Amino acid sequence: MSTDRGSFGTPGTGDTSGYGGLVRKTSATGSTERPYGGYFDEMADELERAYPEFNEDIERVVMDRGELTLHVKASRLKHVAQVMRDTPSLRFELCLGVSGAHYPQDTNRELHCVYPLLSMTHNRRVRLEVSVPDSHPHVPSLVEVWAGNNWQERETFDMFGIIFDGHPGLTRILMPDDWIGHPQRKDYPLGGIPVEYKGATVPPPSERRSYK
Amino acid sequence: MSIYDPYAASRETTEGRVYSVTGNDWDQLVTEIGATKEERVVVNMGPQHPSTHGVLRLILELEGETVTEARAGIGYLHTGIEKNAEYRNWTQGVTFVTRMDYLAPIFNETVYCLGVEKLLGITHDIPERASVLRVMMMEFNRISSHMVALGTGALELGALSPMIFAFREREKVLDIFEMVSGLRMNMAYVRPGGVSQDLPEGGLAKIRETVKELRHNFKDNEKLLVGNTIWMKRTQGVGYLDLAGCITLGITGPILRSTGMPWDLRKSEPYCGYENYEFDVITSNECDVYGRFLIKMSELEQSLRIIEQCCDKLEKLSGAPVKVEDKKLGSPADLTVGPDGMGNSKGHIANIMTQSMEGLIHHFKLATEGFRVPAGQVYTTVESPRGELGAHLISDGGTNPYRVHFREPSFNNLQSLAAMCEGSMIADVVAAVASIDPVMGGVDR
Repeated sequence: MSTDRGSFGTPGTGDTSGYGGLVRKTSATGSTERPYGGYFDEMADELERAYPEFNEDIERVVMDRGELTLHVKASRLKHVAQVMRDTPSLRFELCLGVSGAHYPQDTNRELHCVYPLLSMTHNRRVRLEVSVPDSHPHVPSLVEVWAGNNWQERETFDMFGIIFDGHPGLTRILMPDDWIGHPQRKDYPLGGIPVEYKGATVPPPSERRSYK
Repeated sequence: MSIYDPYAASRETTEGRVYSVTGNDWDQLVTEIGATKEERVVVNMGPQHPSTHGVLRLILELEGETVTEARAGIGYLHTGIEKNAEYRNWTQGVTFVTRMDYLAPIFNETVYCLGVEKLLGITHDIPERASVLRVMMMEFNRISSHMVALGTGALELGALSPMIFAFREREKVLDIFEMVSGLRMNMAYVRPGGVSQDLPEGGLAKIRETVKELRHNFKDNEKLLVGNTIWMKRTQGVGYLDLAGCITLGITGPILRSTGMPWDLRKSEPYCGYENYEFDVITSNECDVYGRFLIKMSELEQSLRIIEQCCDKLEKLSGAPVKVEDKKLGSPADLTVGPDGMGNSKGHIANIMTQSMEGLIHHFKLATEGFRVPAGQVYTTVESPRGELGAHLISDGGTNPYRVHFREPSFNNLQSLAAMCEGSMIADVVAAVASIDPVMGGVDR
C-alpha cells in the first residue's frame, strides 16, 4: 500500500531521534481463501447461488478480524446490492451508510466506498467495498435499494468528491454549498493557525512534528 | 434602487415575497400574507429555533396549516472531528469522538475504543472490571440522554414542568459522571484498553444511593405525562412511521422499537459483556410519538436494573485491574481526581521518577508517540440511546488513525422527518422532531 521513511509524520522537520533511516512498508490485505469461518461460508455460498457472476464481479473476498469484506466491481455494485437485499437467504435489510476512504498511493483505485450491511433476519453482517479512480470517481447510487443511503451518499460526495450516479439530489450536505474542495481527501490540508502560548508558538496540528 | 436590507420586514425576490420575522407584529404579518394571492407559503424554521434541538434548519412548505413538504438543512454544527482525528494518535481520538453526540459521549467513546481494540486484536484481553464500568457508565448515559429527550420534548410541546424534573434527575447522573471521571460531559473516560481510572473510594455506595433516588423520582414525570390527556392528544397518531418505513430508511433505536420490532444490539450482538445482564427490550406498537415516549420512559427502569447488576459485579471485582495488562497499550498515566480536577496520581509520578525505569519509558513512549495499530479496517457498533452507533476505523499501521467514520443514528434518523411530517399539521412537526431526538453534534460531526 505505501512506504514510509523515518519516524516522524511531518516531513522537513528536524529528526533528532536517530530513526531517520527507518523504512516501513504497509501492504494491503490480500484475498482470503476459504473457509472464512462462522456464518460467512454459508453466506458466501448463498450469494454465489443467487448471483451467478460472483467470480467475475467480486474481485476479492477479504476476511479480517472476524469481518468479511466483498470487494465489488463498481459498475456491478447495484446488482450485487439488490441481490444481497432481496434473496431470502441473504436478506440484508439495512445498509449502515457509506464511508469513504482516500488512498492517493493506490493508483487508479484512489477512492474507496465502504458499505456495512446488516441482516436483521439472520443477524449477520458483511461489508461491500468498491474502488474507483480519482480521474473518474463514479459509483452507482444505492438510494433505490436502500433509501436511507440518501444523506450518507451526499455526505461522501461532500467529503470525498465521489459522484453517485442515479442519486436523486446529489448536493453538499455538511459543508456550505459554495465550498471548494472535498475536506476528507488526503490532499486537502487540515489547516489551522499557529497559537501563541506563554511566549512560544504552537504550530497547527498538521504541521507539528508527530510520529507515524 | 434595490439595496438589500437584512432588517427589512419584507422584500421582493425572484421566488416571491420574503418576510423576515424578528419579533415584529404578527397580526400585521398575518394580514399581509393573507392579502396575497399565493396559497403556498414556505416557512424557514431555524437554523436557531427553540424547538429544533440545536442548529437545525427546517424548510417547510405549507398550504394553510398543513405541511406539504418538509426538508431539513443540516451542517451548521459541522466540526470536522473525523478529519481532525487523522492528525492525532489513537488515544487522543477518544477526546475528539466524545464530542460528536454530546448527549451520549460514553457511547461514542466506547464504540471507538471497541474498534481500536478489535484492530489491535485485544478484545478478549479487556479486564472484566473495565467492561462492567463501561456498561455502567453507558447505562447512566442512556438515562441522562433520555432525560434531555423527554424534558426538551415536553418543553417543545409547551409542558414546562417535565423539563424541570428531567433536568433535576439528569443533574444527579452528571454528578456520578463527575465523581467517576472528573468531568460532567465529554469525559474521555473510556480508553483503548480499558477505562481511564477506577471508581473513587465510596463511589459504589454513592451510585447505589443515586439509583434509589432516580427510581423514586422518575415517577414524577410518569405521573405528569403518562395518560395525560393533553399530552396524548399532542402525541398519539403524530409522526407516524411503521416498520416498513423504518427499514426502508434505515431507522434504528426507539423509533424502530416503537413499531413493535424488538431490535436492540445489546441483545442481538452483545458487546462489553451485555449477555451477562438481565434486562428487557422495550417495544410498543403505536409507531407514533407517544409510543417512542413510552419506550424511553420504560428504558430508564431497564437501565437502572443493569446499573444495579453492575454494582453487584463491581463489588465482587473490587481491586481488579481496569486497564489492559500490556503496559505498551494501557493509557499513559494512572489518573486520580485531585482537589483541582483530574490529573496524574502522585503515586504514579513517584513510581516512574524514582522506582521504575520501565514505567518511565512506557509513560514517555505512550505520551509522545502513542502506540501503533496493525493495518486493516473494522466496523464496530453499540446501541446508543438513538439507535445503532457505528464506528468505521481504518489503520495503515501507524500511530494515527487513517480514517475515522461514525455512522451516527441521529444523522440517519433525521432523514425520516419528511416521511413523518408531510401531510400533517405544522404544530406536529415539532412533536415529530422531538421524538426523532436528533443531536446536532452527532448529525453534523
